[in-house]
Amino acid sequence: MVDLTYSNGALTARLYGEIDHHIAPRIRSEIDMKCESLRPAVLILDFKAVSFMDSSGIGLIMGRYRCITLLGGRMEVVNIPPTLAKIFTLSGIESLGVMK
Amino acid sequence: MNISNHMKLSFPSISTNEGFSRAAICAFILPLNPTVAEVADIKTAVSEAVTNAIVHAYPKEPGTVYIDAKITDDRRVIIKIRDTGIGIEDVQQAMEPLFTTSTDERAGLGFAVMQSFSDRVRVRSAVGKGTTVTLEKIIHSAYDEE
Repeated sequence: MVDLTYSNGALTARLYGEIDHHIAPRIRSEIDMKCESLRPAVLILDFKAVSFMDSSGIGLIMGRYRCITLLGGRMEVVNIPPTLAKIFTLSGIESLGVMK
Repeated sequence: MNISNHMKLSFPSISTNEGFSRAAICAFILPLNPTVAEVADIKTAVSEAVTNAIVHAYPKEPGTVYIDAKITDDRRVIIKIRDTGIGIEDVQQAMEPLFTTSTDERAGLGFAVMQSFSDRVRVRSAVGKGTTVTLEKIIHSAYDEE
């Protein structure tokens, strides 16, 4: 699901396993709770250990982007595995300028 | 075109079954020796169709989602995901990228993903009767199994 760590204004969310419509709302509430209490300058979504993701993951990323932007922070999406490249390309998330 | 294998599944429209349906389809196509990318494509397309049925078909209480999957002797995988729910009024509109009736952070990309991750997608729906999504994909052989 997700491991969250905070240091020097950066909240890192290390996502793992499968992200679908069943699991996405739980990840969302964990990240949003920490974002609201810590107000990080940057939210880093790390996809290194994600083995599967459907469009629920895209909704999750877009929702967190809106959330952190409203709180005055920025977002970075890192370590996208090759198996997820296709859905990221299709989603148009690249145009948000958050992919590192 | 002969059918070389066939399976049917039915399960309640609850979200825990999204992962189950992906795992079942994955196991069903494994004898074709699909590539990692082909497995990911089919799992993703099935996940989108099953999630649509779970999210949209039965708004009041869970109903049943049916999967009927066939493998043909020319390595074509044909997967039907069917519900007997409320149906879709305007299929064309529902298939437009970013169209969503959901308020729950859905990206509206379900059908776009199905189309991009399968060779062919057909949608038949009747209001009050339900929806059937048919996904087709040819699994290319890494080795020539002759």
